[in-house]
Amino acid sequence: MSLVEIKDLKVHYPIRSGFWNRVTDEVPAVDGITFNIEAGETYGLVGESGSGKSTTGKSVVGLEKVTGGSILYNGQDITKKANRRKLDYNHDVQMIFQDSLSSLNPRKRIEDIIAEPLRNFEHLSKEDEKLRVLQLLDIVGLDADALYKYPHQFSGGQRQRIGVARAVATNPKLIIADEPVSALDLSVQAQVLNFMKKIQREFGISYLFISHDLGVVRHMCNNIAIMNRGRLVEIGTRDDIYNHPLHIYTKRLLAAIPETNVNQRAAHRASRLAVEEVYREQQDKYYDDEGKAYPLVAVSPTHSVALPETIAKQLAQQETEVQA
Amino acid sequence: MWKTILRRILIMIPEVIILSILVFLLAKAMPGDPFTGSINPKADPAQIKHLMKINGLYDPWYQQYWNWVVHLFHGNLGNSYQYQEPVTRLIGGRATNTLWLALLTMILTYALALPMGVFAGRHEGKLPDTVIRVYTYVTYCIPFFVILVIGIWIFGYVLGWFPTTGSITSGTTGWLRTIGSRFYHILLPAVLGALFGTVNIVQYLRSEVIDAKRSDYVRTARAKGVPSKDIYRHHIFRNSLLPIAAFAGYSITGLLNGSIFTETVFSYPGMGLLFVNSISYRDYTVITALVLIYGILNLLGTLLSDIILSVVDPRIRIE
Amino acid sequence: MGYFLILGVENENLINYNQSQLIYKAFLYTDKRRVNKFYLRMRDKLENGGITVENATDFLNIKDVSTAFKINGQFYDAISHIDLQVHHDEILAIVGESGCGKSTLATTIMGLHNPAETKISGSIDFEGTDLLQLSDDEYNQYRGAKIGMIFQDPLSALNPLKRIEDQISEVMDYHSTFTSAEKHDRVLELLDQVGIVNPKRTAHQFPHELSGGMRQRVIIAIAIACKPDLIIADEPTTALDVTIQAQILDVLREIQKENHAGIILITHDLGVVAETADRVAVMYAGQIVEQGTAEQIFNTPEHPYTRSLLRSMPQRDNENDDLYVIQGNVPSLQKMPQTGDRFAPRIPWVPASAHEDNPTMHEVTPGHLVRCTCYRDFQFPDQPEKGSVTE
Repeated sequence: MSLVEIKDLKVHYPIRSGFWNRVTDEVPAVDGITFNIEAGETYGLVGESGSGKSTTGKSVVGLEKVTGGSILYNGQDITKKANRRKLDYNHDVQMIFQDSLSSLNPRKRIEDIIAEPLRNFEHLSKEDEKLRVLQLLDIVGLDADALYKYPHQFSGGQRQRIGVARAVATNPKLIIADEPVSALDLSVQAQVLNFMKKIQREFGISYLFISHDLGVVRHMCNNIAIMNRGRLVEIGTRDDIYNHPLHIYTKRLLAAIPETNVNQRAAHRASRLAVEEVYREQQDKYYDDEGKAYPLVAVSPTHSVALPETIAKQLAQQETEVQA
Repeated sequence: MWKTILRRILIMIPEVIILSILVFLLAKAMPGDPFTGSINPKADPAQIKHLMKINGLYDPWYQQYWNWVVHLFHGNLGNSYQYQEPVTRLIGGRATNTLWLALLTMILTYALALPMGVFAGRHEGKLPDTVIRVYTYVTYCIPFFVILVIGIWIFGYVLGWFPTTGSITSGTTGWLRTIGSRFYHILLPAVLGALFGTVNIVQYLRSEVIDAKRSDYVRTARAKGVPSKDIYRHHIFRNSLLPIAAFAGYSITGLLNGSIFTETVFSYPGMGLLFVNSISYRDYTVITALVLIYGILNLLGTLLSDIILSVVDPRIRIE
Repeated sequence: MGYFLILGVENENLINYNQSQLIYKAFLYTDKRRVNKFYLRMRDKLENGGITVENATDFLNIKDVSTAFKINGQFYDAISHIDLQVHHDEILAIVGESGCGKSTLATTIMGLHNPAETKISGSIDFEGTDLLQLSDDEYNQYRGAKIGMIFQDPLSALNPLKRIEDQISEVMDYHSTFTSAEKHDRVLELLDQVGIVNPKRTAHQFPHELSGGMRQRVIIAIAIACKPDLIIADEPTTALDVTIQAQILDVLREIQKENHAGIILITHDLGVVAETADRVAVMYAGQIVEQGTAEQIFNTPEHPYTRSLLRSMPQRDNENDDLYVIQGNVPSLQKMPQTGDRFAPRIPWVPASAHEDNPTMHEVTPGHLVRCTCYRDFQFPDQPEKGSVTE
């Protein structure tokens, strides 16, 4: 059984208008998505701004009011508040945010920041608590003198590591990481990504890794879901997504990642423009009449794409032929 | 937009009702009554009781309130116990006095505050800025009535430039002289009120100008090659005046509060002075009527601010 | 004495020409501005005739420029002793991590610093004029007209209270003699050029009504409104999605081709650099540590910093390895070492003898410059052989 099963999750935001300010319409931020996160794995959720990926992440932690569908954890639907409390869900599931400065209370010392989840969930003695905080700081590679400093005294990368330390304090089973490195410099990003992987190896944590950066996602995630306009357009393993993409949106995203291979610059650009051309001409083939993505159809045990079944099979066929 | 304004006004109705009930109850909760001490210190308690009774002051509060509301809808706010004349007429006369004072105070406030705020912000950290900031801090620290008293003492008694009481010199004839005399009487209170009123606006505007100066869009304008003075004119002033403009509606509240002090200290026959007197005489009909008027003006002030904001800021649209 | 030797056509005023009429001859010019004008004019004609012309001259020559900021009453160098040239028809990328001084360099060229709080030395020769000697009024003749700048955050860089049209035509108010009808037409033309689908509608809108990508296009339209010779783009795509980023970079390239502009592209994204730049300067701690063509930098990176950066990037096929982490931190402005190799503390295994006392730029191959001598025997502690870093 998967650690977390997300089934047909929907989050709609109301639009109010008219004389009495009544709800007249809804924006489907997340419009029926289904995927599973396995224990000890990193699941990548990729999409552009406005695709609904962050809303999905917040729903999984329980920060978002869900309109429909369910999120099962140990067989219980945690979209209901009572179940979250019963399961101690927020003890098991933590979150790392993009903006490390604004997500850490500027008036609290690092000791209190990291100890906060401990105080909420595991009532330790003062000494045990301190020991645990020191241990956590050690895990993320910060010195003991960090205890008494304030968030602004650290660099962006160090702060992000403090965010990681806080998230792992309660030995969670799942961490939702919402763009954890997109505000960081390359060398600092490397540091944080390494830490996240190390912690995963040591504690068997699962991640839901939300990002727009396909390079980082490729490095971190074994299974990836591509999100577009509130729906999933393609899910599969790293190999499925990066080497055999089927949906035009996935192809577009992949083609747009800048490559560091200068020698292939012209070729890469040409292939990107070719994909854009296809996108422009055949858009209606990939989306239904309302401009929404189709339901997912499996083309292999690991790989599903949001297309009508016949087209999906046909594309998968072509893909294997090209590979052969 | 008209729909929203109408809706806002409709929302005001329950607010006004709640306000009026509160006002009514609070007025009743004050110890004392309108008759003791006002007729004759040695008046017969039985007679006072009788007066209380025929004026309905022993009825349960909701009945008194209901009577009051019924009268209100007939345009009748009752009679003042103290002055023995209809409240509407009583307030009507004072309201124009207060209106003129408030208007002049407001004009002077903005006429002083806008240049000071912009100037301080533009020359941030330099001498003029320091002078203006010291001025605002000092004024801010002194209680308003102290400013008034010092003002009267210096300009009214020591220098003798301005009259210190009343709204008009008695025996003035001719419309031009009347206006002149009225203006002469409100000038000092208005200037002092304005000096106090500028403080918030100057400080707010100064920090708005400084923020705007450092904003990215000003940097863009500099990168366009726009000369400094034009950057101030086209970008900084307008953008930093915006919150001030929106603030204008709210400032009505401040003016009304200020008028209570100003009018008392200057014995200026306006609504503020009437209010203070009515409280000391437990003149319930006047108190409730005045608080209701103040309340409604404040609500209209906030509405006005919202409307101004939606007009001057394209990001805010009332649908 | 002349400064430049360029290839040109004997008759400058040649309008109808054929190739046989072209006589190549060396011209000796003393006036840089004339050289530039001549170059641009000839370039169009020659290329229409099927001949490519190599970059004739650098029109922006940054020499020994340092910019110091006042912190607690003392000046600290944010960039020190920068030497850099930009040519027509090229995209020069300046790459480095936050705090390396790349944006300071851009704002120094634009003259956007408050003179009371900054100290700038050196010279920036732009088409024969030293920008650093100009008064603010004189500078305004260059800003927006001959040098355009594209900013990072397209929302805050636009005035929220002004319509798009007014913000674009404001540049022309100061640098053109257009009538308002002409300005209006030019605004629509510009919006179309930067790839906005419905220019008329957009011109009438306010910034908050546009998407991030659209706003960035508007910023570009402002920067190119007066066809500047030099465009400085400071992280132009950082706030945007990848697909939009690709489109914006395409627009930049097209504009550069059309106007023969030189572009300084400032970014932290090595991928963007590799896709777009002709030449690259890598900055670390206020200095340029390596400089060369995109091929030189990406195929044969020499400086330890460049090599470290490339190694810390997530690449294909290193999914199961840890990424390379550069030891230590970038020093703050106040703690910047004034002598020795500034990168030395971050590669502590390299012996002090490998560094220079006062690191200078060394030419490895023509056009490929590397600071300090430590690159020569540099190797990562876990990776004995040099090379095979970028593959």
